Order: sequence, then C-alpha cells, then structure tokens
Amino acid sequence: MRYMLMMHAPRGTGDYQVSEWSPADLKAHIEFMHRLNNDLTQAGEMVSGEGLAGPGEARLVRAGRNGVPITDGPFPEAKEFLAGFWIVDVERPERAYEIAARISTAPGPGGTPLNMPIEVRQVMSAPPTDG
Amino acid sequence: MAPSNVEHLLRDLAPQVLGAIARRHEDFGAAEDAVQEALIAAAEQWPEDGVPANPRGWLYHVAVRRLTDHIRSEVSRRRREDTVASEVWAEWAFVPPPEGEVDVQQDDALVLLFMCCHPALTPSSSIALTLRAVGGLTTAEIARAFLVPEATMAQRISRAKQSIRASGIPFRMPTDEERAERLSAVRHILYLIFNEGYASSGGADLVRTDLSNEAIRLTRMLHALLPDDGEVAGLLALMILTDARRAARTGPSGELIPLDEQDRSRWDQRLIREGIALISETLSKGSVGVYQLQAAIAAVHDEASRSEDTDWPQILALYDVLRGLQDNPMVSLNHAIAAAMVHGPAAGLELIEALDGDARIREHYRLDAVRAHLYEMAGDHDRALTHYRAAATRTTSIPERNYLTAKAGRLRERQRASESAESER
Repeated sequence: MRYMLMMHAPRGTGDYQVSEWSPADLKAHIEFMHRLNNDLTQAGEMVSGEGLAGPGEARLVRAGRNGVPITDGPFPEAKEFLAGFWIVDVERPERAYEIAARISTAPGPGGTPLNMPIEVRQVMSAPPTDG
Repeated sequence: MAPSNVEHLLRDLAPQVLGAIARRHEDFGAAEDAVQEALIAAAEQWPEDGVPANPRGWLYHVAVRRLTDHIRSEVSRRRREDTVASEVWAEWAFVPPPEGEVDVQQDDALVLLFMCCHPALTPSSSIALTLRAVGGLTTAEIARAFLVPEATMAQRISRAKQSIRASGIPFRMPTDEERAERLSAVRHILYLIFNEGYASSGGADLVRTDLSNEAIRLTRMLHALLPDDGEVAGLLALMILTDARRAARTGPSGELIPLDEQDRSRWDQRLIREGIALISETLSKGSVGVYQLQAAIAAVHDEASRSEDTDWPQILALYDVLRGLQDNPMVSLNHAIAAAMVHGPAAGLELIEALDGDARIREHYRLDAVRAHLYEMAGDHDRALTHYRAAATRTTSIPERNYLTAKAGRLRERQRASESAESER
C-alpha cells in the first residue's frame, strides 16, 4: 500500500527558515534526509520524494478566460507550508506512521528535533474488487 | 529472431538454468544474480546476432562465468580480510561448467517456486523474487509493473534473498510434512500476482496486465508439474475464467463495468471453454478446495450469455460449501449477494448483519457497497444512497470510487425527479 507523507513546516517561528540556520545545523539536517532516503530505498519502500523550494515564491494559479493562467500570492500570512513529501510503498499502515515519526525527528537549529507534523495519506492505488 | 520471441524463450529457460546452477552452488542469491546478468546479456545479443544453437547451454555458461567472476573477487576480498575463510571459499569457487547439455531437472522450477514463496518472506518480496527467479523478468520490468523505481525494486529483491540466506532455506524440496502448507503459499503468491495485473486492466496499464499473463503462465507451469493437485488446477481455472472477462470489465476511460452490465459478447469464449473443461475435470475427481470452488463459481457466471440467465441457486450452493471451508468475511459477503439474488434483497441484508461485528470487514468499503446495492434492489433509496456514499469515501481504488459515486449520483437524480413529480401533483 502506498502512502504520501507530507512534511508541514510551521511558518514564521524561525524553525524551518533554513537560510538562517548555521551551516553545521543545515549540514546535519541534509545528512539526516539523505540517510532517510537511502534507508527507504534500501528497504525497498521508496517510490519518490521531493523537497520543495521555500514558500516565498509560491503562487496559486487558476485558469482565467481562455485558460490563461491567473496567479495569486505569495501568501506570507499562511500558518504552515508544505516543505517536502515522500511516497512510500509499505506492507502495513503502521510502517508508514513509523517512517513519518522518523521524518518528524529531523534535526533543526542546535540539533534539536524539529518535531514537525507529518500528514500521512493513503494513495488511491488499491485494486478494485470484481463482482 | 524477433525480440518478443527471444523474451518468451528466455522466460522459459530462466528457471531451468537457475535450477541447474542453484543445485551446484550453495549461494542462491549469487546464482540468481548471475542468471539475471546472463538473461540481460542474451536479451541484448540474441535479437542482433541470432539465437545460439544451444540457448540453454549459452545461458548456463555465461551465468557460471559471471558467478565465478563474482566468487573470485569475493575470495580476493576475503583473503585480505581473513585467510582461513578464503580457503573454504576457494574450494567450491571454481567448479568448471559441465560440457554439453545443461542438467535440467523437472522439479527445479518447483523447488524455485517453493523458495521464492517461502513464508519467511513478505508477500511483496515473494512476488518480486518469483517474477525474477522463476518468471525470468528483469528488475526493470518488475519495477515498471509495480510502479516503483528500479533501485527500490532491486533492493526488495536483494532483501528477499538475504532473508532466504538468513533463514537457511536449502535448495531442495520441502519435507512431506511441510509440503501442503508451502504449496498453499505458492498458490497464494501466484494468485496475488494475477490479481495485481487483473485489477489494473485498461488501456493505460498494459505493463501491469502483463502480470496476469505472467501469473497464468507460471500457474500453467505449476499445473504441468503437479497435474494431480486439485487446488493448483482450480487456481489455474479461476485465473483463466476470470481473465476471459478482461476486455469487458472496463470502459474506454478505464471505468469499472460490473459483471451484470458487461457486454458478454466481448468475453473470450476460447478461454471460457478451456477453464470450464479444466474445472469440470478437476471436480469430477472428487477433490474440493477454495480455488476449485471459486473457479466453479466463475464458471457459472461465464456460462450465462445474459446476466439474467445466471444460475444463482447454483452459485449460492457453491458459496455455502465455500463458507464451510473458509472463515473469510469477503466470502460471507458474496454469499449474501447470492442469497439476495435467489431469495430477494431482505435475505441478503439479514445475512450481512452478522458482519457488522467482524473487525476484519466492519470498516471495509465492500460492506457498504453491497448493502447499498441490496437496499437499492429493495427500493429503499435513502439507505442505498447513504451506503453508496459511505462506500465511495472508504474505498482506496479510484475506479471503484468513481463507480460508487456515479451510482450515488444516479440515485440522487432519481430521487429529485420523483420529489419534483410529487410536488407538482
């Protein structure tokens, strides 16, 4: 079964403003993520994972007349933002929660775990039953 | 030879070559890797240079050479680390490949199936390893079929082989005491492979439907090796009789078409004839089992040229027997549908009530979907609507959700129409 794990970073608290972290803290964070991705691949569970650029340049886009894009944003007042996501293929939901909990311990400034909330959603990929 | 013919040839030869090597070399994981490399080399060279006179011997020699290279480098690595261990390795490392024909043993493919479907492995690793070691598929092909990156699938296979090594499963037939249980695991894994492909039929999923063909091919092979096993025959018949409906079960945009709405002229009559002959012959031998019963039920469905001609009393009787053999809430649910078709929706709804206390199915969308269907049959559209909506929210299959949502939508429209007719009066 597939799950999408979404890492929501709180905004404005300085917790996930990585540009303000010390190089050593940033390095520890990147290494943590690298190790995690590597472990998921080794475990045969990784489907994909991406880190997203900061929300400063994020836009909401809608189709206007004739499908011309109308952009809105950025939205500096939003409380949290999606910082990255993983799609994993696991045998049980508990395993997806376990991975999510591990992501949540990603180190922040001073090596303190960020304890970020990870939203876990099942991907619609179950086979339909016959009959 | 055309690439696709080469592919078929390679898939047939793969378990024979691997079996011959695995019997001589203790390290199954390394042997399997070597055979995979030989298969990849053949898939590249044969379509260009032509198939060698003795293709099996060619594969065997290339694989043994790769295995020897692997062992040589392993030995030199170990020599650096540990001189004593290296001598043990060196002893069996350079076994020369035999001259002439490869020693193919009938049972090799069966032993391989037993290994790959060992209960020490998780289902997903068993599936992957079976497709590679017995099916002769490449890691890239398996990864594509399961929609994961190749590196992920490679790791899944390598972990499966590590589990085999760690649990010390030998390359030989299971003992008589183990045999029934181990064979049941093999049948289950083949069934899972079939389902994985069958469930995703539809134009865009050709790679995945190939999995059903592969499962049928492997089950045919197993049936040829064990012609007297009623459940293997039953499983094969079930796959064939289900696969016969493949073209009719999805619409042009991948939408689900339920059995009673399928265009039965699109069912594959050749497969239906084959499946019916197989299951009839098997049942006439007096054996009975869950796959045989499911095949018999599929046969009754396939025999009806119109949905209204379905012999529901016969299906109900078969589900009664199946329920006696297996404590499975899905079977109870299908039994309730059959009861509703024979005795009316109230009978089905009454049977379903018992499932509300069953934790295995209580939250499952199928329970709501069946209830919705039976309430609709009974004319209770309010309740039907509630359960169609609940089922649509609970399913994790997109085609299923679309189907259930459309059902709910149609029912809602009908309700609105009758409400406005009411108010006009």
